[in-house]
Amino acid sequence: MNLYLWLIPVLPFVGFLINGLLGRRLPKALVSTVALAFPLAAFGVVIRAAMLAWPGNGNFTLPYVENFAGSWINAGPLHVDFSFALDQLTLVMLLIITGVGFLIHVYSVGYMAHEEGYWRYFAYLNLFLFFMTVLVLAENYLLMFVGWEGVGLASYLLIGFYFDKKSAADAGKKAFVVNRIGDVGFLLGMFLLLSQFGSLSFGKIGDALALNSGQHGGMLTAIALCLVVGACGKSAQIPLYIWLPDAMEGPTPVSALIHAATMVTAGVYMIARTHGIFDRSPFALAVVAIIGAATAFFAATIGLVQTDIKRVLAYSTISQLGYMFLGCGVAAYSAAVFHLMTHAFFKALLFLAAGSVIHGLGGEQNMLKMGGLRKKLPITFWTMTAGVFAIAGFFPFAGFFSKDAILYEAFQHGTLGKGLYFVGLVTALLTSFYMFRLWYLTFFGESRAAARNSESTPHTSHSPHESPWIMLFPLVILALLSAAGGWIGIERFGNFLSPVVGPVIDPTLESGGKTLDITLSIVAVCVALLGWFLAHIFYGSKNKRAENLAASTPGVYSLLMHKYWIDEIYHNAIVQPLVLGSRYILGWIGEGAIIRGSAWLLAGITTLLGEFLRRWQSGNLRSYSAWLAAGAAVLLLAGLFLGSRVIPGFDPDPGQVLHMTLPAVR
Amino acid sequence: MHLVLFLIFAGFCLAGAVNLLLQTHPINSALSLIVVMSSLAVLYLLLGAEFLAIAQIIVYAGAVMVLFTFVVMLLNVGVEEKTHGSKIAKIIGFPAAVVVLGVIATVILEAQKSLGRVALDDGITTTQDLSRVLFRDMLLPFELTSVLILIAILGAVALARKEGHS
Amino acid sequence: MHVPNSWYLILSALLFTLGVFGFLIKRNLITVFMSIELMLNAVNLSFVTFAHEWHAVKGQIFVFFVMVVAAAEAAVGLAIIIAIFRARNTLNVDQIDLMKL
Repeated sequence: MNLYLWLIPVLPFVGFLINGLLGRRLPKALVSTVALAFPLAAFGVVIRAAMLAWPGNGNFTLPYVENFAGSWINAGPLHVDFSFALDQLTLVMLLIITGVGFLIHVYSVGYMAHEEGYWRYFAYLNLFLFFMTVLVLAENYLLMFVGWEGVGLASYLLIGFYFDKKSAADAGKKAFVVNRIGDVGFLLGMFLLLSQFGSLSFGKIGDALALNSGQHGGMLTAIALCLVVGACGKSAQIPLYIWLPDAMEGPTPVSALIHAATMVTAGVYMIARTHGIFDRSPFALAVVAIIGAATAFFAATIGLVQTDIKRVLAYSTISQLGYMFLGCGVAAYSAAVFHLMTHAFFKALLFLAAGSVIHGLGGEQNMLKMGGLRKKLPITFWTMTAGVFAIAGFFPFAGFFSKDAILYEAFQHGTLGKGLYFVGLVTALLTSFYMFRLWYLTFFGESRAAARNSESTPHTSHSPHESPWIMLFPLVILALLSAAGGWIGIERFGNFLSPVVGPVIDPTLESGGKTLDITLSIVAVCVALLGWFLAHIFYGSKNKRAENLAASTPGVYSLLMHKYWIDEIYHNAIVQPLVLGSRYILGWIGEGAIIRGSAWLLAGITTLLGEFLRRWQSGNLRSYSAWLAAGAAVLLLAGLFLGSRVIPGFDPDPGQVLHMTLPAVR
Repeated sequence: MHLVLFLIFAGFCLAGAVNLLLQTHPINSALSLIVVMSSLAVLYLLLGAEFLAIAQIIVYAGAVMVLFTFVVMLLNVGVEEKTHGSKIAKIIGFPAAVVVLGVIATVILEAQKSLGRVALDDGITTTQDLSRVLFRDMLLPFELTSVLILIAILGAVALARKEGHS
Repeated sequence: MHVPNSWYLILSALLFTLGVFGFLIKRNLITVFMSIELMLNAVNLSFVTFAHEWHAVKGQIFVFFVMVVAAAEAAVGLAIIIAIFRARNTLNVDQIDLMKL
């Protein structure tokens, strides 16, 4: 029985081709149908594969490897095949990608209904699905890299969707370039993998690792660290997170799909996939954990003072990705992937709901100009509330279970783990605070819409109105998932994934484990409540407390407001020198010296030669005669020394000379 | 006897040639050249070419050089001006001429043994022998030279005519 | 007393070289022309010498023709010199270096 894995990427790709090549001329309804049908079909194939291949059904042994197009590269020691592999981890990712992806497609039909380039949007979105599925289905690193690069491309195209807006085009470029920097790490990691294991296939590398069970550290650390650089680029961790806030220039559904639910999780997926190597290198794991915790805290602090609703959610995404990295860093891969799944649900929900708010307000994104929308956008309000509770980590919403699992695993992971646990706990407090701040500013209080800027979209003349059902339907589904998605529980989830990522630590088996687990959970919920309470104090009713606090700590406030000046530092320390340097090299050396120089040289040589030769043609009789005499002298000398080769018949043998030169006279 | 005659008239040749170079007024150079040509006529005679000796005197010294002298006197530019025309002539020309001389001299001196000697009692080439070859074997070249002279006359007249003549 | 043929030939070479020198040094156009005549005469001498050595009358015939051509050349050349003098009013070779009048 064939699982037809290759259909999963190919179906969205066909959708991309149809909409991309013909979409401009097709009626909008047809474009929408194509755009929705193919991802839905892909989702269907995934469901079928899940049902057939579910462990316990006995039909397949996972991982199920399908070579769909033969051998790709066969060059000496390097063999790479076009192979897809399905195992539990890939299955989870595929369900998220195609499922949440489809919901976002549905939402986009409503959100982008009045946009120019409607067909282009859906073509790119389908292209993204194609690459993302290739990424998670790939059986080897090189094919995964194809997907990796491809989602970067799709991200660039979609961030710069409103390409005539300079900030959007710049944001697209920034995302692509920063991703590229990470990709260098990925490539180096691949090269090292190849030199160490001779293959890029997950299966073969896993076998090699199993054979060599004593191998630790050293080269494996190097490989792991290189791959971490790549993951940092894609998953927006320190120091390569700078592209994600700017990526909010793209349409909101894009932010939901790519920069919340799927693309940015590719880094986490890659680390989970490579867990075999990371497990052998405690140093790399520690690096991952520290990066994750630091990023989580760092991004949360910036999110405290942002005024653009999407920016808050962007920094929140970076922060939650930091949690996932922290989970990976303490070798709790199942917990990290569990959080990945719940995060996909509630973050997509938050973004789509924010999009609904923005849509309802006719394009307004500044929270300071929102307010009082609770009554006017009721469904949006309730679904967003579900998302806020989920991300804050309230029981029984999804975020509670997954965040709790990560924090528990961190706490159990030695001294470093305990330190990181506290960082994570403080971050949870901050998360709760800024999410509820967003909640209050957007939906409560009086409407501050009088200060609204009234340009851009066709909805400006309307008062705030609820979104159409096609946009609300995905919100409801995602709200239900955010509410109930965590009930699977980390134990069942971990057991499901354990054949792939290793065993999950069961709290019931450890001494005092269950008590500790419950204690930490209660602490987490208390922290979340504290955050809500603080947000209520500052933003729950109209008061000046927030402004007063900001005014009393101008230094800290300014630092946070300007995102720690990181963009400016990067610009001046890295970008400017590169630009100047390349301008110098390209301009002066390349353009100037080489191109203009060689042209000048050619012309110059000709001119100089001409000037030199011109002197010979002086018209002066005496100089002409001098050169004549010189020529004759040279010929005679040559004849004397070289004989017949210069003067035919001339042989310096004296006896011969005179007889030969006058044959006619005789 | 032969040697003495040779030395005297070879000396005249060389003296005349050097004088041609050293004189500043062209008329003096012309007269020196006449001396050279006359001495050469004697040398031809020593080598047994009687017709050529006379032809040298009549044609060269008597006609060509007279023509030269006429033109010098006609144009009458006087003493040569000292102008700096060409450094190349001195820098390259002189060594080149010296080299030419050297090469030829080398070849001749190396071939000395295979060359013969001249003596006064060697046979003279009579005019009869000369004309026999000229009018029998070389008749066509001879007639062509007469055409050549005709063309030369026409050319000289055409070139030297004053402007404005029809 | 015998005079070796080579002496005549060396004399011929010397006269030729003096002719070349004159061609290089002299500034009056007519004197340059006279140096050319000197060169021709030198060559004539060597022809006659070889004609004597090999008892070949054709050598002397050649001298005859050289004389004819030299005469013709002298006539035409001097006519040209007169034409040049009329156009430029100078016979200095250093000043006669342009085709343009």
